Amino acid sequence: MTRKAPTETQPKRPEMRVRPTGPIVPPVNVSGNALMLVIAIMAFLACLTLGAVSMVRATAQSWQSQISREITIQIKPEENLDMDNTLANARDIAMTFAGTKSAEIVDRAATARLLEPWLGPGLNLDDLPVPRLIVITIDETAPPDFGAMRASLSESIPQAILDDHRTWVDRLIAMAQTTALIGTGVLVLVFSAMVLTVIFATRGALSGNRHIVEVLHFVGAETNFVASEFQKHFLKISFKGSAAGGALAALFFFIANMWQRRSMATPESDQATALFGAFQMGYTGYLGIFATMIIIGVLTTLTARFTVMRTIYEIDLIRSDPARTDGQPD
Amino acid sequence: MDRRAFHVVKRHSQRSNRIVALIHFENVGLRYGMGPEILRDLTFDIPRKSFQFLTGPSGAGKTTLLRLLFLSLQPTRGLIRMFDRDIASISRTEFPMLRRRVGIVFQDFRLLDHLTTYENVALPLRVRGKDESTYRSDVLELLKWVGLGERLNVLPPVLSGGEKQRAAIARALIDRPEILLADEPTGNVDPPMARRLLNLFLELNRLGTAVIIATHDLSLMDQVEARRMILSQGRLDIYD
Ligand SMILES: Nc1ncnc2c1ncn2[C@@H]1O[C@H](COP(=O)(O)OP(=O)(O)OP(=O)(O)O)[C@@H](O)[C@H]1O
Ligand SMILES: [Mg+2]
Repeated sequence: MTRKAPTETQPKRPEMRVRPTGPIVPPVNVSGNALMLVIAIMAFLACLTLGAVSMVRATAQSWQSQISREITIQIKPEENLDMDNTLANARDIAMTFAGTKSAEIVDRAATARLLEPWLGPGLNLDDLPVPRLIVITIDETAPPDFGAMRASLSESIPQAILDDHRTWVDRLIAMAQTTALIGTGVLVLVFSAMVLTVIFATRGALSGNRHIVEVLHFVGAETNFVASEFQKHFLKISFKGSAAGGALAALFFFIANMWQRRSMATPESDQATALFGAFQMGYTGYLGIFATMIIIGVLTTLTARFTVMRTIYEIDLIRSDPARTDGQPD
Repeated sequence: MDRRAFHVVKRHSQRSNRIVALIHFENVGLRYGMGPEILRDLTFDIPRKSFQFLTGPSGAGKTTLLRLLFLSLQPTRGLIRMFDRDIASISRTEFPMLRRRVGIVFQDFRLLDHLTTYENVALPLRVRGKDESTYRSDVLELLKWVGLGERLNVLPPVLSGGEKQRAAIARALIDRPEILLADEPTGNVDPPMARRLLNLFLELNRLGTAVIIATHDLSLMDQVEARRMILSQGRLDIYD
């Protein structure tokens, strides 16, 4: 550095020292800071949207898979029907099918608990004609033949109804697809807004540096050299901005996740979990944030490149044409 | 003369035996927009290693002519040959390479305010992709030569008008151009400093660079026996 303590001996002929060469494009100016802020905000919003969409998607998928992992057999009560025997019988029939993993009879106590909200506590099931359930866990990847199971059940136990939740699953799939579609739509909108903002902000920041483009051009710089200098500059700005925005979004998800775990099993948190799913950022979430950063970086860089190229083109072609006096004199 | 310039000379002498002018204008005319012709039917040569003043009243078109010479303006009509090539037939991507053989001092300097004097002067070498260690001593030497040895690390807004002028001149000279175009290079300095700058140009010319100085400073021109190109009402008169 050039600064020296005044106490040091001053040589008669001062040593010719120069500072480490600074970048051709000044590192900070007002419009550059504004651009960084805009990019940070847009990156934050984009990452939030991305996280929210993937969360809704994951939740819908988990509903879907939980439900399709289980089927139930319902036995309707009837006069003279030995319920316990019939239940065991139905379970054994179901288990003979390939693709069933386990079958569990929902016992009296559990059934009573299920009905408690409607019929009140202290219920004696023996007095009431209440249907009973068998929950069968199936192998999702190789489900049993529901039609055959249904046929063989009704053959030996006419009171049995097999519910494979098909209608539920179908509805859920439809819902999940709609949600994902809407989410993707929102994501596309947010990303387009981000792209446009970045483009305009980059142009604005660049127009404040137009005189640099001109001087470089006139001292003999080739277009590619000038473009790459500005690219470097804008890549730095956009990475700083998008890293800040992305980190903020990641922090948001992290804190939300912490809160959810802390207050696990409290009614509020259960509700939130049921509605929004777990605020969990898997490595895919962080990958998404990283991808967003890269996209923003590439966009800003390309905008800078094209704008510089266009400026040089203007200097070379339009402003060198004496027939056009609209250009600034030089 | 450095090796590069030597090669240029050699290349030219191989192409033709007669001495080729650096720049040749033939019936060049220029008008801005629909306005009057600022330059009319200019025909002249700028020989190698020549030294000339370009003068004329304010608004006569001196800056315009220098822009034509620097390839930053296209003529409305006429032919311009530079370095033995017709510029109408040169592709734009080659312009930077041609401009590197021309040094120019703008009337308004055009220094970059965020770079120090040293960095501004070194800029032409930097944009040519050279490494700082290869040119540092050259730049320092040139800065000393123009009397800016003490102002290396100062930003242009702090420099006086004359210091800026010398920084701009040093920047134009640093890559040893074959021709130097200077627009009012003594416009901002007192007569002793003007004389010093003139001596600098003469010295440069002795080293082999052609020099064109646009000025309306009569006392400056009186100090040297040199070719005078006088622009008035669109016409150019040359007094050798
Ligand atoms: N870009 C432009 N568009 C239109 N007219 C222009 C442009 N540049 C210069 N002119 C006009 O061309 C004429 C010549 O201008 P120029 O700058 O070449 O004069 P000059 O001899 O350099 O003057 P000075 O000695 O004051 O610097 C002037 O009348 C000016 O108004
Ligand atoms: Mg002028």
